Amino acid sequence: MFSLLRSMWLTFLHAFHKRDTIQYPEQKAILPTRWRGRIVLSRDPDGGERCVACNLCAAACPVDCISLQATEDEHGRRYPEFFRINFSRCIFCGYCEDACPTYAIQLVPDFEMGEYNRQNLVYEKKDLLINGQGKYHGYNYYKVAGMAIGGKDKGEAENELPPVDVKSLIP
Amino acid sequence: MATIYIDNTPFEVPTGKNLLETCLTLGQDVPYFCWHPAMGSIGACRQCAVKVYKDENDTKGKLFMSCMEQVRDGMRISIVDPEAKEFRAHIIGWLMTNHPHDCAVCDEGGSCHLQDMTVMTGHNYRSYTFDKRTYKNQYLGPFLNHEMNRCIQCYRCVRYYKDYAGGKDLDVFAAHNHLYFGRAEDGVLESEFSGNLAEVCPTGVFTDKTLKQHYTRKWDLTMAPSVCHHCSLGCNISAGERYGTLRNITNRYNGEVNGYFLCDRGRFGYEHVNSVSRIRKSLVRSNLPEATDKYTALQAAAQAMRQGRVIGIGSARASLESNYMLKTLVGEDNFHHGVSDAEHDLIELSLKILKESSARTPSMREVEKADAVFILGEDLTNTAPMLALAVRQAVRQEPLLEQVSKANIPVWQDAAVRELVQSDTGPLFMAIPTITKLDELATQTYFADPDAIARLGFAVANIIYPESPGVRGLKNEDMHLAQQIADALMKAKNPVIISGTSAGSEAILKAAANIANALVAKEKTAGIVFTLPTSNSMGLAMLGGHRLQSAFEAIENGYADTVIILENDLYRQAGEGTVTNFLKSCKKVIVLDYLHNQTTEHADVLLAAGAFSEADGTLINNEGRAQRFYQVHPTIEDIQESWRWLGELGTIVAHDQISWWHGYDDILSAIVKEHPEMEGIKMVTPPSDFRIAGQKIPRAPHRFSGRTAMRANINVSEPKPTEDPDSPLSYTMEGYRGQPPSAMIPFFWAPGWNSNQAVNKYQEEVGGHLKGGDPGIRLIEPDPEHKVSFSVAVPEKFEPMDGHLFILPLHHIFGSEELSNQSPPIQERIPEPYIAVNTDDALRMKLDEGQLMPFAIDGQLYQLPVKLSTTIASGTAGLPVGLPGVPFAELPAWAILNRELQWKPQHQTTY
Repeated sequence: MFSLLRSMWLTFLHAFHKRDTIQYPEQKAILPTRWRGRIVLSRDPDGGERCVACNLCAAACPVDCISLQATEDEHGRRYPEFFRINFSRCIFCGYCEDACPTYAIQLVPDFEMGEYNRQNLVYEKKDLLINGQGKYHGYNYYKVAGMAIGGKDKGEAENELPPVDVKSLIP
Repeated sequence: MATIYIDNTPFEVPTGKNLLETCLTLGQDVPYFCWHPAMGSIGACRQCAVKVYKDENDTKGKLFMSCMEQVRDGMRISIVDPEAKEFRAHIIGWLMTNHPHDCAVCDEGGSCHLQDMTVMTGHNYRSYTFDKRTYKNQYLGPFLNHEMNRCIQCYRCVRYYKDYAGGKDLDVFAAHNHLYFGRAEDGVLESEFSGNLAEVCPTGVFTDKTLKQHYTRKWDLTMAPSVCHHCSLGCNISAGERYGTLRNITNRYNGEVNGYFLCDRGRFGYEHVNSVSRIRKSLVRSNLPEATDKYTALQAAAQAMRQGRVIGIGSARASLESNYMLKTLVGEDNFHHGVSDAEHDLIELSLKILKESSARTPSMREVEKADAVFILGEDLTNTAPMLALAVRQAVRQEPLLEQVSKANIPVWQDAAVRELVQSDTGPLFMAIPTITKLDELATQTYFADPDAIARLGFAVANIIYPESPGVRGLKNEDMHLAQQIADALMKAKNPVIISGTSAGSEAILKAAANIANALVAKEKTAGIVFTLPTSNSMGLAMLGGHRLQSAFEAIENGYADTVIILENDLYRQAGEGTVTNFLKSCKKVIVLDYLHNQTTEHADVLLAAGAFSEADGTLINNEGRAQRFYQVHPTIEDIQESWRWLGELGTIVAHDQISWWHGYDDILSAIVKEHPEMEGIKMVTPPSDFRIAGQKIPRAPHRFSGRTAMRANINVSEPKPTEDPDSPLSYTMEGYRGQPPSAMIPFFWAPGWNSNQAVNKYQEEVGGHLKGGDPGIRLIEPDPEHKVSFSVAVPEKFEPMDGHLFILPLHHIFGSEELSNQSPPIQERIPEPYIAVNTDDALRMKLDEGQLMPFAIDGQLYQLPVKLSTTIASGTAGLPVGLPGVPFAELPAWAILNRELQWKPQHQTTY
């Protein structure tokens, strides 16, 4: 009997509490920045595609829903020819983000991806690529990698010496 | 045998080996870089350090480089000793100080020995904080990409390229920490075996440039065990596919055949499969549009078959199964070999000699062990490249066996051994028409016309065993050379005689057979090797069939009116006029092929056959070794194996045998039933219902990615994976995870060993045979009962003819083979057509280098720039065979020289 009354009392008290329910979709939920939602491909500070098509995200993906093909521009910069994520398979585990050596692939706080037609959940690169750096600012993979690309020759990356002069004997 | 204790566990191991290979053979993981099983130890990288203890009471021990230490009985070592582990971690830390942050964009990533070893030693974080050294890269030609920043200075590349493969143009430059591995200047790597650098290099300095065009990580490839289709040696390859196109070829170790290496034609010729001239849909010429589906094409072909009297033309580049199917479909009497008549006779003769000779035909590994080699009329580097590499090893190894054993140095002590042997080489004699790349190693080279080569051969046989016929009228110096060769061969324990069909001379083959038989008669274990023109020349010869000429006659005489041509460009097998006439006089021409060529243009019905990566089949190599190649990936419905097309055709026309065959195994059984001598082909691989623990063997690695996204752009619902009815391999990553039987290993992988160096886990002993025996079954063994007869067909001396030149065929590794010619990287290396003329003859004819020389062979006009040669015999000239722009002629043949010959530009089709 006591417990019954107590429960009713507690329930009554809740009428005066701050509401947990939000009026979605009129009112949007505030999601933490590390929320694992929709996947994007970001760009480096210079505006170049961050993705270098290394395939690590695809390998890390437990449901194998990422597929891509690497290609190179005329200056040797590697980028994905196509990049496809099948969101109807994606489980938003974030392993791809963990695996990415260039901060290209990122999970962002957005979950509003519902579709009536499952085929529309297949996102291509044009759907994934954003115009900014996403969550991680300032990192530019090609600035630390040893490969020469357009605009950055050998020895011009961070922490690199100028190319060796093979004909010199000076240590 | 010796007993060694590794971390207090006793192991029985063979003596004479070094500790590193012994540990690897025992399945232990010891990291290494500079050591390579084919090249021995130099102790340069210091990565393979282990603790060695004096005796069981010694607790301190000493660090030793395991690759430099010989196995001793009672030896006690430790791999897991903390000090040894720390030492190894430090070493790799130092090796990595300048290694760039490149893995994500490096082609080696995922199959990188350096990655594997770094993980194995536990070097996770870089403690070196200073600036990294960088280098400029070089252009190295169409096959290899150069990225020098990644180098860890292990020296494997130069040791392979210069010492093992005999290359001249790759070297190490500069000093101290500026070492540079490359060429003196940018340029194409000259060696025919340069592609192996991609596998020899433990990291990504040298990578496959063709793979880069359509880059895929190793873990994403669907791979299948295959056999190279670009020459008669049948090297084992592993072909990888993704998104429907073939991506790369890697070596598939076979201890008896190709070992660790491949030639560049084999490694980079695969791009013909992705070529624009591929036939991807069947055509029926009377239909509009011509491209049609499978059923319409089959009906059209069946109708043509019902209405006509049919003959079939087989092919030396098609599998045994396809040829047999055609033979059955058209009937034994109507089956013709699609090879030129001269070649037909030479191949038949080779097969006859190998069957009846008392000498055995050795495998390539056995050739490597030969201690005297005599080559007659073959330019091996260009006709059977890997055999040239094997001969190189034989010649290099021979002095080792003697001197090194005297000096008490183990053979794997590479640096010490090289120092001792210097440039000493074993006996290699060559009698060839003109210079070849092996000449530099030869004890004596004899440049002559084919008849003179054969006469020298007969003379050698006669000296060894006088019952073999002698040669009359031989010059004194030639007699002296013959004596020298005979002495060298008699002194050797395992002499090998190498000859082949490329010189186009039966006399040379007979002379080679006589020498081998003479040696056997003198109780020597002599070997005889013949190289053949095409990948399945031997298989076709064993199957039997009529000549190509009789096919032409059958149509001409009205005996038949319809022809089925199997994977064959007849314009490469007979003169242009003859073939065009033949094809025009056929009522219906049914062609099965995978590349458009001049013959397919004449097809009334063209069926889209599968290339080597889209078909299952068996090839028989020059050694008589039957080897199976597997389909790599499922194909679209319109493309299927030739034998399947022919089988379906047979079912439609209600052929009384073919209608009862269901699948691949039935065809094999039928072949064996009809040809009992080929019984071995059933044992080459397990049957298609073979399973391990109820599972198929996966073609894809377990980390294969993107399965639910690859086809999602077409349809988000994934289709059921294609089933493979012909083999125990599955097209997916699902299946048995352990090691498959040796003949069907799709790729080499072991936990912690992602690169191809994982092969040591698959070998009985490092560098030895694969566990369960090397793939392939030899079908030809000498019959000890057979009474050997010596050929008496000694040719007369060659006499030059006025106003004529005797044209000899010359071969090119890049350009003389039909399929690889369609591969873009190979095309970059094909030489311009030329005619090689003796310098004196050219002087007499007032011809200069580069000047055009008009001549005619059998009515076929040629006009080619002259290339002066000091080696080709006077009165003869060399014409490159099979090059684009060089029409077919049956060689060797007399050419009429006439400066007034009217050169009419002829219509030429290039594909």
